[in-house]
Amino acid sequence: MGQAVAQSKQEQVHTKIWHEQSEDDNPFAAKRCLCAGYDVYADILPNASWSEYLYLLFKLQQPQNWQALLLEKIAIAIANPGIRHHSVRAAMSAAVGGSTSASSLMAALAVGAGKLDGAREIYNMLECWQDCQLDLTKWAQYIQQPSTLTRSDVWGEMEHFPGFDPNGVACALPVKQVMAELTKYTQGSNLIWLAEHQHQLEALTGLPLAMSGVIAAAFKDLAMSPEQAEMLYLLLRLPGAAVHALEQRESGWKKYPFFADAVTVINDPDTQA
Amino acid sequence: MSKKKSPLLSVEDHWQTAMGGAVLGQERVVVRGKDLFTELDKYSWQQFLLFMITGRKFDTKRVECLERLLAICINYPDPRIWNNRVAALAGTVGSTATLATSAGMAATEAKIFGGQSNLSASQFIHSALLSVQAGEDLEQIVRAELKKNRAVSGYGRPVLKRDERIIHAERVLREFDIAHGAHAQLACQVEQILMTGRWHYQMNINGLMAAVTADFGLSAEEYYLWLVNGYNAGIVACFIDAKQKPAGALFPLRCTRINYNGAGERVWLK
Repeated sequence: MGQAVAQSKQEQVHTKIWHEQSEDDNPFAAKRCLCAGYDVYADILPNASWSEYLYLLFKLQQPQNWQALLLEKIAIAIANPGIRHHSVRAAMSAAVGGSTSASSLMAALAVGAGKLDGAREIYNMLECWQDCQLDLTKWAQYIQQPSTLTRSDVWGEMEHFPGFDPNGVACALPVKQVMAELTKYTQGSNLIWLAEHQHQLEALTGLPLAMSGVIAAAFKDLAMSPEQAEMLYLLLRLPGAAVHALEQRESGWKKYPFFADAVTVINDPDTQA
Repeated sequence: MSKKKSPLLSVEDHWQTAMGGAVLGQERVVVRGKDLFTELDKYSWQQFLLFMITGRKFDTKRVECLERLLAICINYPDPRIWNNRVAALAGTVGSTATLATSAGMAATEAKIFGGQSNLSASQFIHSALLSVQAGEDLEQIVRAELKKNRAVSGYGRPVLKRDERIIHAERVLREFDIAHGAHAQLACQVEQILMTGRWHYQMNINGLMAAVTADFGLSAEEYYLWLVNGYNAGIVACFIDAKQKPAGALFPLRCTRINYNGAGERVWLK
């Protein structure tokens, strides 16, 4: 079995993001931490905003003002998807039983990862943007033959075109409000193109634009890859899950919906006999 | 006002299911049309799990064989394996067993091992057999798969080339007198093609288990679903081991273990 490895042969973690210098008296304690070349505690902490630092972490460069502002507005728009959202309900369902705080956020992540207003929807939508860019003809072809939506992987096939709400009737007011607000800050072309072509795209998909569609376009304006956008959508919606979990943990399961009369077992051997 | 109505209106407070549930007030539970307490009380855990997933009852011999394969093939108590390491890291920082195990399970849905490769290995062998039965040439099928995915799921292995588990899994199959069916036979033919070509990929345990379970009648999705719970023994073992040792003792990294290759030092522009 393994013995202590000589220092010269020790495996390393390779990164473009993070660098550390150790304290003189302890090789396991960092004296300085640098993120993409910036001193985290001496320079970023006193001088950067949260959204600027978040942008730096993902893009490894200091954002322009509009990029930091757009990311901050995205973060506000999706910080709480609302108490009825599936991911928040997952967090509350963990909480009302008295489970751990981490279980609430893990529940919110697992559910918020999905294809219905989840991070995988954002990923799929960003892939659409990559393929179709700002070409409505390509979008129309994509909507007819959505190549990325037919994967036979663990995610299964999309049941609806990403970025649009299969359970919606018309585009909801908060979606319009977020689009209007975010387009004020962007210097990219994708959000504005989406706003200009919303009605054509809704006609092509037969579905109203969803919040995920707006946020995906905003992430595209920030030049986020599908993988980066997926991560950010997971990350930035956790505050709502956290506070609703705390609130429901406090009030308890008796005041939380159990759906006692909502389940009908259609093959009960007792009633069938 | 739109005339369209949300499809959710028809399912509000209305969950119809054939999967089952508790019959409140009657002290009964229905599972896939059977009474849990009187019809399923003799099922072993794996038999019950497979019934939950498939709705079918698998014979005791095959279920016992699968249990033995789970135990010896995918539950090494080794914290170097990435999903186990998640649980071990949770152990070394004093997190909880359930958080450790569920995070380890989530990490098991990987491409180079675990969930995603389980699904794709089973999909490949199911699809390959259908293609061969339809008259296609197996070598062409393998070449097409390599061209499409740069690998054939169920063959080759990270870190080590040879899979030490195959010989022992084959021994267990013989103990249960379970011969290779059409899928497992085809899986071995695929290995011969991959070993004689320049690729030199040996079948790994996922390739064999995907084929054996396909011969047992599990679809690719059912195989994937069955193995969601297949790795827990190794995961929880690694949590326990790390939890029992001093805090932070699992594979500590000194600052110099960071190999930074990013931008040079610079100053934040205010």
